[in-house]
Amino acid sequence: MIHWLALIATRLLRLALVLAAVAVVGFALAKLSPVDPINAYLGADMVRVGPEQRALIAEKWGLDLPAQVQFGKWLGSLLSGDLGYSMTYNAPVAEVLAARFKTSLPLLGLAWLFAGLIGFVLGVLAGAFPGTWIDRITRLYCYVLASAPTFWFAILLLMVFSVGLGWTPICCAGPIGVLPQDVTPWQFLQHLILPLLALIVLGVAQIALHTRAKMVEIMQSDYALYARAQGASRMEIALRHGARNAALPAITVLFASLGELFGGSVLAEQVFAYPGLGSATVAAGIKGDVPLLLALALFLTLFVFTGNAIADLLYRVIDPRLHGEVAR
Amino acid sequence: MLLSVEDFSVSFRRYAGLLQQRLVPALQGLSFSLDRGEVLALVGASGAGKSLLAHALFDILPPNAVTTGQLVIDGSTLDQSNWPDYRGRRMGLVPQSASHLDPLARCGKQLAWAARRSGSTADPQQALARFGLDATAAKAFPHQLSGGMARRMMLAMATIGKPDLIVADEPTSGLDPDNAAVVLGHLHQLADAQKGVLLITHDLAQALPFATRVAILRDGRLVDIEPASAFTGAGAALKSDYARRLWQSMPQNGFLTHA
Repeated sequence: MIHWLALIATRLLRLALVLAAVAVVGFALAKLSPVDPINAYLGADMVRVGPEQRALIAEKWGLDLPAQVQFGKWLGSLLSGDLGYSMTYNAPVAEVLAARFKTSLPLLGLAWLFAGLIGFVLGVLAGAFPGTWIDRITRLYCYVLASAPTFWFAILLLMVFSVGLGWTPICCAGPIGVLPQDVTPWQFLQHLILPLLALIVLGVAQIALHTRAKMVEIMQSDYALYARAQGASRMEIALRHGARNAALPAITVLFASLGELFGGSVLAEQVFAYPGLGSATVAAGIKGDVPLLLALALFLTLFVFTGNAIADLLYRVIDPRLHGEVAR
Repeated sequence: MLLSVEDFSVSFRRYAGLLQQRLVPALQGLSFSLDRGEVLALVGASGAGKSLLAHALFDILPPNAVTTGQLVIDGSTLDQSNWPDYRGRRMGLVPQSASHLDPLARCGKQLAWAARRSGSTADPQQALARFGLDATAAKAFPHQLSGGMARRMMLAMATIGKPDLIVADEPTSGLDPDNAAVVLGHLHQLADAQKGVLLITHDLAQALPFATRVAILRDGRLVDIEPASAFTGAGAALKSDYARRLWQSMPQNGFLTHA
């Protein structure tokens, strides 16, 4: 029990340190960015606004203060629970974050789940029968897709299914002109399917290749050899011993790949104009919307950190060798 | 004759340079036989090729191994077509170390798998009890068993299909003398029950009290086969010079390095 408390305490301390580092670096990068938030805010109106008015905007936003004072103010309100105001969406950052996360969650969650399941099954089969057609096809698929850029693949999907065949809508998370709360489940699925497909198809490669490598190793292990000496078939060894022993590393990779999944969703959401966290990140970057960008960075850090922590803890729960108990 | 090994050789295909292959011999021209009711101890230094014979009998040699000669059980030559009928069913393997057990499955489950693979309907509880194991051992994961318990667990797994031939590959390595004697005692009992036991070991002195005959392997060749009773006194009854020197070099016989 004390062991677990210590473990969790260490984790939380580490999380705090990582968040602090991300906050400092993120803020510094935003300040060094060539994007001028006032110009980005004004857009085409830039030419009609005089220097006096610009100074007023800068004063209202606190941009006339030295960077470290700005950082202090931002950090202070962050610690009191105020994430700031997003000028891009003209709404409080917390609200933008919540709404975007709600849209992204089904996309990210389903992509993660399916990529994990499909990748694991392909990896187990390919690794159990190396050199056979299933292995060759899996490997070809993985190498091609692991090197295919997400945005390119997303555009390809759009060209084939939305433009060519007309089966799926061309953009967004719901029909244009329909409020998010009025979108029917069917319409929701219809709009989700292409970005989801893009993320799944690309996410499968990593987990499948990793599982395959692990499986090849397992199939040459002493216990696989012994199972064969007992009369087990290759398929039985793959399912009983292989899947069991390959599952732990696969889970680890899956949780550790949350960051990459988010990275992929930034590109996919951009191409499909899907209003999730990914497209909000791009918009915040282009508009120099520092409060939103930093909030997104911190949120993502929390997200990835939690994923890694879950993988680590799960390992301890599932792997009997990491249990303290001794049966004797 | 239960097992007959006829002019059996194992070599490994190695690449010499980029394109040229050559065969590296490991076991050369082995011929011997094993009857029901006897324990044949196959003795040799490490690297002599003892375990290769065990692996060859179960067709679990590495893919680059090439074999010649024949392995005959009960009159039928083992080949790809009939191995599935023999492995686990007519012949059982007791492997070298606990790493041959799946680290993530409970031992009882692995015993049940071994039973299914051999088509056995035997009661796993009884199989465990025969080797002095109980339900606690069945619930344990392999890393939770002591060395002796793991070895007895693998004995239970090897014999659950009631095979005629039991091949024990260094079943006592890493065990203290008491536990080693327990494992060898079990093997001897199996021979008493009219099974044939091939005991592969590097420890001649330890194996002698439990063996019927002793085959000595040196650098991949069979040097000599002697009855276990010949290893006595100064070794005057031993036929080959190598066997005698081996016997005399043992600690209890004065560490003589030459006769």
